[in-house]
Amino acid sequence: MELITQFFLQLCEMALVLALAPLLTGFVRQLKARFQRRAGPPLLQPYRDLSKLIAKDAIVATDSSWLFRVAPYLIFTATWVAASLVPSFGTNLLFSWSGDLIVIVALLGSARFVQMLAALDAGTAFGGLGASREAMIASLAEPAMLMMVFTVALVAGTTQLSAIAGFMHSGAAGLRLTLALALVSLVIVALAETGRFPVDNPATHLELTMIHEAMVLEFSGRHLALIELANSVRLLLYFSLISCIFVPLGIAPPGSGAGMLVAGAAAYIVKLVVGATLLALFETSFAKMRIFRVPNFVGAAFMLAVLGMLLLFVSAPL
Amino acid sequence: MTPVILLCVLAWIVLGGAGALCRTQKWSGAVVYGGSSMVAVVALSAALLQLATGISPRPSMVLPLGLPWVGMSFSTDTLSASFLIIINLGGVAASLYALGYGRHEREPWRVLPFYPVFLAAMNLVLIAADAYSFLIFWEFMSLTSWALVMVHHGEAETRTAGIVYLLMASAGTLALLLAFGLLAGAHGSYDFAAIRATHQPSWIGDTVMFLALIGAGSKAGLVPLHVWLPRAHPAAPSQVSALMSGVMTKVAIYAFIRLVFDLAGPPAWWWGLIVLITGGIAAVLGVLYALMEEDIKTILAYSTIENIGLIFVGLGLALAFKADGLLAAAALAFTAALFHAFNHALFKSTLFFGAGAVQHATGSRLLSQLGGLIHRMKISAVPMLVAAMAISSLPPFNGFASEWLILQAILLSPAMPQLGLKLAVPAVGALLALAASLAAACFVRFYGFAYLGKPRSVGAAEAQETDGFSCTAMSGLAVLCLAAGLLPGFVIDLLAPAAQSLLGAHMPTQEGLSWLTIIPISASRSSYDPLLIFIFITVSGSLAVLALHRYGSHVVRRAPFWGCGYAGLEDELSPGVVIGTQYSPSGFAQPIRRVFANLVFQARDKVTMPGPGETVPAEFASTWRDPVWAAVYTPLISAISRVADCANQLQYLTIRRYLGFVFIALIALLIWVALWS
Repeated sequence: MELITQFFLQLCEMALVLALAPLLTGFVRQLKARFQRRAGPPLLQPYRDLSKLIAKDAIVATDSSWLFRVAPYLIFTATWVAASLVPSFGTNLLFSWSGDLIVIVALLGSARFVQMLAALDAGTAFGGLGASREAMIASLAEPAMLMMVFTVALVAGTTQLSAIAGFMHSGAAGLRLTLALALVSLVIVALAETGRFPVDNPATHLELTMIHEAMVLEFSGRHLALIELANSVRLLLYFSLISCIFVPLGIAPPGSGAGMLVAGAAAYIVKLVVGATLLALFETSFAKMRIFRVPNFVGAAFMLAVLGMLLLFVSAPL
Repeated sequence: MTPVILLCVLAWIVLGGAGALCRTQKWSGAVVYGGSSMVAVVALSAALLQLATGISPRPSMVLPLGLPWVGMSFSTDTLSASFLIIINLGGVAASLYALGYGRHEREPWRVLPFYPVFLAAMNLVLIAADAYSFLIFWEFMSLTSWALVMVHHGEAETRTAGIVYLLMASAGTLALLLAFGLLAGAHGSYDFAAIRATHQPSWIGDTVMFLALIGAGSKAGLVPLHVWLPRAHPAAPSQVSALMSGVMTKVAIYAFIRLVFDLAGPPAWWWGLIVLITGGIAAVLGVLYALMEEDIKTILAYSTIENIGLIFVGLGLALAFKADGLLAAAALAFTAALFHAFNHALFKSTLFFGAGAVQHATGSRLLSQLGGLIHRMKISAVPMLVAAMAISSLPPFNGFASEWLILQAILLSPAMPQLGLKLAVPAVGALLALAASLAAACFVRFYGFAYLGKPRSVGAAEAQETDGFSCTAMSGLAVLCLAAGLLPGFVIDLLAPAAQSLLGAHMPTQEGLSWLTIIPISASRSSYDPLLIFIFITVSGSLAVLALHRYGSHVVRRAPFWGCGYAGLEDELSPGVVIGTQYSPSGFAQPIRRVFANLVFQARDKVTMPGPGETVPAEFASTWRDPVWAAVYTPLISAISRVADCANQLQYLTIRRYLGFVFIALIALLIWVALWS
């Protein structure tokens, strides 16, 4: 019985991630539009886009291979599995131990690897351009992310996300400069990896500036739907990650009853709303960077994370 | 088990002789490679059997060979058995591959006599139990591999590679010779057991560590001793490249472990620091070099340097933990390093096999002349994709499992008391993270430009799938990559006896854990279950496919891609080759070159635009400089030639001066003798 409940909770988490992700994207878009004094698309527009795309035929480029058709499924599932390993409303779900924070980073890396290959598959100039730029950004963002993981893991003494969330929730970490630096670096990485301002513009189709859009230009129909959904899930993943490491307030501890779980879910939604508002505000108030300014921006995240980690050994918590 | 390996060695030498005698026969290749592969299977099974059953090691076997009063002693302990597995697994695969690929060799008689002997030499190094035979076989291994590098000696590049390799190999052996000489002492015995039993003063241990780092590091390809590797490995035929990169570098790692962990006595904490930092630098520089290159085999050779760096980081960590008495952590780092050595042998061999197949099918090794091979080499493209993902350390493949273990070992560093190590180990972790993400970029470039897109040359447009033997060898190794990635616990348990015998501790036994999870230290710290994650991915992927095809459209239509109105021109002279709009491999690497290599390699891109009205094409040139060559080797070469120039003057003196020199030398010696007594 216990096992069945646990299994059910894990399925809930997976379904919740999938169901909430487009809503979050729609919410950020709507807020951004409001900040820019536009009416903006309705909140449920991403769902409508997805259902329209799913119904359409997929068109693939003449010279593309099987990899191009498999890639959307791989990208989507790797991202989805990574997202469902991040605690949202409760910690220590049934399968939470099957992968730690490093595994989550690496799963996202796998998704990106396949995405870059798929971009090169059709043999277009855009695909190469997008993949090349993505490779550059990833080559800095991924180590920055790992350094952030190291910092947090050294503070908490574990790389298990549930254990980290529990540790942070207990308040044993105290106030540390290291953690502040790690938070800043994680936010920068999240902006870069989800293709938001000031690194990439999620709404652009201008050849000179696009990064992520250039890679997915050749996808259509259900393939595009999967990639769009994967993008939304990735955005949600970073929100969940930031909230479960740095603001684990209200997250349901292991073995808690239904009331705690509902409270955890409510707290999670509040955190998402706050995070989305901050993101929309940030995106409205910054301009996109020139592509070769991005390495400085993401490189700063890397250096901050390394600095934070080294500070750990010469500083004490407040 | 030692006699079995010795019999295998004998069989390989006989096969080599057969290859030399029947060199003009058509069937000689089949006999030599088929025989070598069968012998390697026997050696592999013997090693596996010894590790799995845990038969206690027997005293070493002495054969009356070599010097009359010393003989040669052989024994196999758990460490050599672990490495015998790696080497003979690579040997089986390479011989199988060569059964098909070797047929394309223009001058097979230059390969056949040396190939089985090279395998024999590597096995002999692993089972040698005294310094004398170890060094003899080490040189034997260097020379046979040198002969194999020189197979295509008609090409100028190969000849340069040969001379550089010979010089570096001699320098490395000299370092090892000095190391063993110090360990044996003036009256000591060269037997490993005797060296182990004597208590060495600490300065001897320190010097031996440095000499081992130079001697074994030059064979393994540590920066700055790597310069021969990217020249020599690609120059050899592909089955030999795979053996040299995937397997011979592991023999070098074995030599380092044998000297430093086994023979040099208890380590000092700063040994670990030096090894760690060297490894970290090799990892980052190796992959940056690889990103600059366009030749597929050179890219693979440079990526070997990166992986060797990773292995040395693991070994350095193990040394540091061992010096501080943290044995569980040391066992974790050591097992991770061995696991990565095993993994590297698997995927690097696959990649070299694929590179050889590509070279044969298209006639080119340059990424800028390949493309679209996934359509024409349908079968071999799949294992290559697996190997490319594995070497980029992506889950669920084996490269990630070992890298994950190394990262877990790095996270244990705060337990060490020295502040230097506390600060340096996470910094090296940062280097590893950088190397891993650059490796992913490197292998996207490798696979994306060789196998995906459209052909960039006639050769690529008309390529044919490679033969069945090659495909079997590549697929077999790729399956092992996936299997070791999904069930890392079995490999870890297999490597546990080696860690136990050298460090006195081993990782927790993984076999009985539920769901086949791996747990490096304790479940509350970290755990990883690749099998479960793989099942998750498969199930949710299948669900996505089912749902989309059930509720949405399942039609796939083909149409030309979107090229903003200009999709490129088909080359008139070579049908199927599209020119003009595809990204080039050097263009792909340009942003990374600009970010990282500006500083390290002084990479510069120069565009010459024609003036208004001129009708000449614009020109683009990209240049970079090898910092190691500029900082170490150029000054070294010029210093040597200066000394040689000075010494040269001695040749042109008069007889009086020569007599004068003899007289002065005599006086000096007499004075010295007088003072001495």
